[in-house]
Amino acid sequence: MFYREAGDFKTSYTDDSQTFPIKFDRYRYYVVLAVAFGIIPFVINDYWANALLLPFLIYAIAAIGLNILVGYCGQVSLGTGGFMAVGAYACYKLMTSFPDVSMFIHVILAGGITAIVGVLFGLPSLRIKGFYLAVATLAAQFFLVWLFNRVPWFYNYSASGQINAPERDVFGIIITGPNAPAWATYLFCLIFLAVSALIARNLTRGTTGRTWMAIRDMDIAAEIIGVNPLKAKMSAFAVSSFFIGIAGALFFAVYLGAVEVGEVFGIQKSFLVLFMIIIGGLGSIFGSFAGAAFLVLLPVVLKVVGVDVLGWPTDIVAHLQLVIVGALIIMFLILEPHGLAQLWRVAKEKLRLWPFPH
Amino acid sequence: MKLKLATAALSALMAAGPALADLVIPDLSYRTGPYAAGGIPFSDGYNDYFTLLNERDGGIGGVPIRMVECETGYNTEKGVECYEATKGEGALVYQPLSTGITYQLIPKVTADDIPLHTMGYGRTSAKNGDVFSHTFNYPANYWDGASGAVNYLLEENGGDLSGKKIALVYHNSAYGKEPIRTLEELSKKHGFELVALPVDHPGQEQKSQWLQIRRDRPDYVLMWGWGVMNQVAVQEAANIRFPMENFIGIWWSGSENDVLPAGEAANGYKALTFHNVGTDFPVFDDLQKHVVDAGKAAGAGDQVGTVLYNRGLYAAVLAAEAIKKAQEISGNAEITPSEMRAGMEALEMTEEKMAELGLANFGPTFSVSCENHGGDALVGVTQWDAANKTWTLISDFKQTDGEVIGALIDEDSAAYAAENNIEGRC
Repeated sequence: MFYREAGDFKTSYTDDSQTFPIKFDRYRYYVVLAVAFGIIPFVINDYWANALLLPFLIYAIAAIGLNILVGYCGQVSLGTGGFMAVGAYACYKLMTSFPDVSMFIHVILAGGITAIVGVLFGLPSLRIKGFYLAVATLAAQFFLVWLFNRVPWFYNYSASGQINAPERDVFGIIITGPNAPAWATYLFCLIFLAVSALIARNLTRGTTGRTWMAIRDMDIAAEIIGVNPLKAKMSAFAVSSFFIGIAGALFFAVYLGAVEVGEVFGIQKSFLVLFMIIIGGLGSIFGSFAGAAFLVLLPVVLKVVGVDVLGWPTDIVAHLQLVIVGALIIMFLILEPHGLAQLWRVAKEKLRLWPFPH
Repeated sequence: MKLKLATAALSALMAAGPALADLVIPDLSYRTGPYAAGGIPFSDGYNDYFTLLNERDGGIGGVPIRMVECETGYNTEKGVECYEATKGEGALVYQPLSTGITYQLIPKVTADDIPLHTMGYGRTSAKNGDVFSHTFNYPANYWDGASGAVNYLLEENGGDLSGKKIALVYHNSAYGKEPIRTLEELSKKHGFELVALPVDHPGQEQKSQWLQIRRDRPDYVLMWGWGVMNQVAVQEAANIRFPMENFIGIWWSGSENDVLPAGEAANGYKALTFHNVGTDFPVFDDLQKHVVDAGKAAGAGDQVGTVLYNRGLYAAVLAAEAIKKAQEISGNAEITPSEMRAGMEALEMTEEKMAELGLANFGPTFSVSCENHGGDALVGVTQWDAANKTWTLISDFKQTDGEVIGALIDEDSAAYAAENNIEGRC
């Protein structure tokens, strides 16, 4: 009824090729942005920020990053945790070396450093693919964690090997450390997520994204029609690692504040982000959001329902969480292998025809 | 069903509202995951003692205690979520039983004005209350543990360790790395050689480390392990026939869970401790009567008297005594977290007080002050008897090397103060 392109006339090519060509979609997008930027910062409290919104925003950035590599370019990677660690440690070294520089610059630089490291570890992708590449990136994961544990320079020679985020600000507003207000940390991460999503969306719609998808769909055919695999694969690794590095830097500096590399950026983090994009939908920016929301919010919702509402023992709820999340993942993979994004697409198709399906 | 759910949700919301008439104690426990075997008994002991106070005395100073349990799974992200979820309810003191979560919480509790008690774990330099205003680690910390172990070995060897070789098998994390610096200093002072062998999380794979021990033949092995790592290490030590009486674990590597899987072979294994073992104390009779027999025990109720249960109980005892002290100082029965902090800072545990609680000689005597948040650093040694399946205290609580540790604490806390622009407050 409301959701259709009929009557929504376009008079220029720019209009026709915009991200949200359907009016309803476009307005929904503006409403989401308005709520996220204009309303939530005024009502947010510490619990909502630290338990739900910050992890969601940060995982969404990581998922966008990984989705570019796995979903768009078809290069399987299990090194996400390691690359997030690179972002976190780069941010830490920058924060402690240059205390007067704005956090924005530190986080972006941390992303840049991760991009370089990502390209380095992406080099094997030129020769190997599929499961073998997954193993090569797995090596990156273990090597990077080992490196940050082994070399004291990375953690400024602290006795315990932990890194702690000192208090840093942006334009005089404290962003990191315990005294940072919830709205500031939330907005800081939101800005990064919004810009990342915008960049990623437009990259994947343009030439770069098309070469990635060509490589993904059939690398030999892509090469024959003139796609340079070196350029396509390396750019995918660089862009992907850039976003993952930003996510790692925010994860350490804004969200956790103190990090121990083996525990926070271990192999389970790589799997978690991979699950996010598989459940959300490979090759979809919306899917990255949906997957991150699903895996961050669901455990918390289950905990609140089980412990606070039903009053069950905490250990039983924790075990049930694993069972339910696991069962849902399997269910999704069987019923909708293309993830939440595909569900959304199907829902939109139905809405277009509603209320007169043929 | 819908109505039922709605009523349940409503009543939960009402129950979760600020009920000021309680003393709220959050319990960030881990009853699941790879470290659950250690988390369950500790949490049971912690809960049971407060249940006992509620049942027997009607709370503390006439105010009932409300426990809020939150499952962390030894995971820092869940720990942060638990902290944020419970702090709004007026939580008086946090005891996360995880060094990783402690590091997260130290700046947060300071900003929120809630005390944090990390008994025998966490950041050692938090002993310096001048810098760490809201963190307490009495009665003993890791560096006391390291020094206590070396002191014990000195005693065994007639006061001379020169030329001896001591290996440290440690969990490759913030927790396991803590004692290294102290042991390095002590090795310089006493002339023994230190070999550090890291074991990665979770510690099921230790073949190469023990192969190295077999090759290097150290005189003694110290261990900083937790969870499954402990039992694997004890088993591996038995496999290479390393003499168990020369193998000493920190207090987190000295519970029944760690030695039972190795059976007879674990006989003679030693562990450090800062509290007594067994159930031979009057308070356990009360526990049996008011809590266990009444069916109010936390968890399965089968952990009473194990080493980690006793440690959880001891943590609860110290928290309860600090609450009493805080009530005494502030004059109100319903104290705030800030008053609780003042109570912890003025805490004094004497032999008379312990006897009065039915816990004579259960823990060392100590007092806390503004400068000293770590107590008097007394460490004892226990030994495992595989035939009777019991731990016994073989060396009483003794003073550790304050000179070496004090200097290291000053150095580390000064670095933290400089990093975070903290001015001394004492």
